Amino acid sequence: MLDKTGIAKRIAKEIKDGYYVNLGIGIPTLVANYIPESLDVILQSENGLLGMGPFPFDGEEDPDLINAGKQTITMLPGSAVFDSAMSFGMIRAQKVHLTILGAMEVSENGDIANWKIPGKMVKGMGGAMDLVASAQNIVVAMQHVNKAGESKLLPKCTLPLTGVNCVKKIVTELAVLDVLPEGGFKLLERAPGISVDYIMKATAGKLVIEGEIPQMVL
Amino acid sequence: MNKVVSGADEAIRDIEDGMTLMLGGFGLCGLPEKCIGALVKKGVKQLTCISNNAGVDNFGIGLMLQNRQVKKMISSYVGENAEFERQLLSGELDVELIPQGTLATRCMAAGYGMPAIFTPAGIGTEVAEGKEVRNFNGKDYLMEMAFDADFAIVKAWKGDTLGNLIYKSTARNFNPVMAMAGKITIAEVEELVEPGTLDPDHIHTPGIYVHRIFKGEGYEKRIEHKTVRQKGSENTI
Repeated sequence: MLDKTGIAKRIAKEIKDGYYVNLGIGIPTLVANYIPESLDVILQSENGLLGMGPFPFDGEEDPDLINAGKQTITMLPGSAVFDSAMSFGMIRAQKVHLTILGAMEVSENGDIANWKIPGKMVKGMGGAMDLVASAQNIVVAMQHVNKAGESKLLPKCTLPLTGVNCVKKIVTELAVLDVLPEGGFKLLERAPGISVDYIMKATAGKLVIEGEIPQMVL
Repeated sequence: MNKVVSGADEAIRDIEDGMTLMLGGFGLCGLPEKCIGALVKKGVKQLTCISNNAGVDNFGIGLMLQNRQVKKMISSYVGENAEFERQLLSGELDVELIPQGTLATRCMAAGYGMPAIFTPAGIGTEVAEGKEVRNFNGKDYLMEMAFDADFAIVKAWKGDTLGNLIYKSTARNFNPVMAMAGKITIAEVEELVEPGTLDPDHIHTPGIYVHRIFKGEGYEKRIEHKTVRQKGSENTI
């Protein structure tokens, strides 16, 4: 079973040379640690920055320079700063190649819910609705099951939706799965030590299994 | 054409109960903290505030929430504010949560003199309820209206007495689009200079959009999440 770092490492393999990438808050932010240096990748921060760099060294933090998670960051050489309307303009116009974000639930037709639990938690959608509505390639980092052991990969989302028919790929602590255009989670890889049977029990939505399922290489 | 006022109190002198305000900033970054302080002091109530976030419990718009000055918040993300969440869940506060890009673009539309925009954000979700949907080239888009705000209050790094503004780093965020969108726009700046000092090629907000400007003293610029790395560490984030 993967921990958060493991999920981030596996997702980093989805990033290709020349990509502009938007990383969401939480596990997606950790992905930045595992992008191979050989790749030319530029990170977009939706609060208005291309060229997001690592956290600053202690004492060098700048309150005017943060990422979408309100964490202090740095800018790499060649960065560009812009306003929030332009930031979402480049997202809407599909200039960003890959969006990585978290989810509470995903359905077998690629719907995603990640912004609200009615009566309990209302944090808001931030930029997630804009991202999922426009991104050409969305990878979701999430837990396969909740703390009670119930699947979060469902036939249909139970929580208010963030977007419909948009998720292409999911990486969880148990597996890597594609969302098929005709519906269904296609099992691609197993986490180290996890059986196909275990993943079947943890997946409430339609699971498509074809042939031998390889173990992830991290 | 001199737009300089003495300070935040004079800048917000005619903001009254029940008005709609835009407040720049992303989290606590690029927040017009001097004007927020003056609004808290003045105690105007029943405000509708358009701002991406609602501050934290004891800084930014959070101070106005604690003071029960806000009737309605229009924001995209409010996760860092326990008092906000409490007022929202108890029904004391009216809240309209909207996608961040929609929020920015509705400001932009107001500043560009356009009544509405079309965006795919929110299609198929509760955000789309009651809104007109149009299909362009096989894809559905929501019609979202330009904002109509009595005042826009923004924070810039440098400004001149004509109201030309330059922002710094990611403290730019919503400030330029909100500056364009207010019926009256107030800018607070860290450095206020004479016309001709700023390079015209580097102006982010042309002064035509700015009605009042003042130099704020002693910015606190609180950091919401200080994240650092250790020298020699492999991890960067």
